[in-house]
Amino acid sequence: MTRKQRNFYIFPTKNNKFKHKSLDIGREAEITVKLKNNTLILDDTDLKILEALQEDAKQTYMAIGKRLGIAHSTVYDRIKRMEEYGIIKKYAAVIDTEKAGKKTITAIMTVYTDPKESEKVAEKLCKAPEVLEVYTSLSEELLIIAKVVAQNQESLHNFIANSVAPLLGVLRIRTSIVTKKFKETQFLMANDPQKPRFIKEIHNKIGEDEP
Amino acid sequence: MKGEVTPKVIKTVPREKAFYFFTSIGNYTGESASSLKEFMEKINEVNVKSLEFHLYRGDFEKWIAEVLEDKELAEEIRRLQKFNLAGDTLRKQLYTIILGHLKYSTR
Repeated sequence: MTRKQRNFYIFPTKNNKFKHKSLDIGREAEITVKLKNNTLILDDTDLKILEALQEDAKQTYMAIGKRLGIAHSTVYDRIKRMEEYGIIKKYAAVIDTEKAGKKTITAIMTVYTDPKESEKVAEKLCKAPEVLEVYTSLSEELLIIAKVVAQNQESLHNFIANSVAPLLGVLRIRTSIVTKKFKETQFLMANDPQKPRFIKEIHNKIGEDEP
Repeated sequence: MKGEVTPKVIKTVPREKAFYFFTSIGNYTGESASSLKEFMEKINEVNVKSLEFHLYRGDFEKWIAEVLEDKELAEEIRRLQKFNLAGDTLRKQLYTIILGHLKYSTR
């Protein structure tokens, strides 16, 4: 196999299979790669599109294409594909609730649970509108960490006392009220230090398997 | 009347109506009580900070009056707030009041 043959695209097909084409050889050699789970492997262009969308999801396909030096139709196709595979979950406005006149308090709640009931407790917490995020953690004990919002301390306490403490399997709760927010963001694709290496490794690996 | 038990004293409430002991806003100790007898036992065991937290917020009297429907005991506990008790003195006083009430009600 020549070095040129390592350049290819991967694009998904239904039923959890992916095809990749070698572009630099005369023939169109299509190889179906079956992946272990329904994950779409992203290339550098996809990641750059995601970066652009995370900065400003309202910009046009044309603007993204111009910035990345690709056609707007490519941008459109790739965005649609990433939406289809749930990589892009939704487009939502980031609202400054204080400026919108909503005074709320935020708290980080650590719930110590009986390991047998932990998953059920986490699922029930997910259903409460006061709970914004729910995570489990395995440290010394099995913990659930949740981010909670409430109108004031009293309503926060009532929510925890009436809706969280009575849940079967809850052993203890520690709550810290956020007094000052320094940073709140989500993971940005642009900040992923492993991004280029990850993509290259995958491409090389698949390229080497090519006949 | 000897041997007669007032129902509210032995009343056991479901889990969602139990009293949950907190030490501060949102910080649950893991202790709860579903009846007056259990509540009295927990008074002796729970972190004293929890007793101070709930007494001065009026949580004890509210739960006893609204859930156990024992207005008489709720009033006795409310009066305790005036004495500004803290620590083990508060624990002892609370325990004595509830024990006395239980004994009186089950005479």
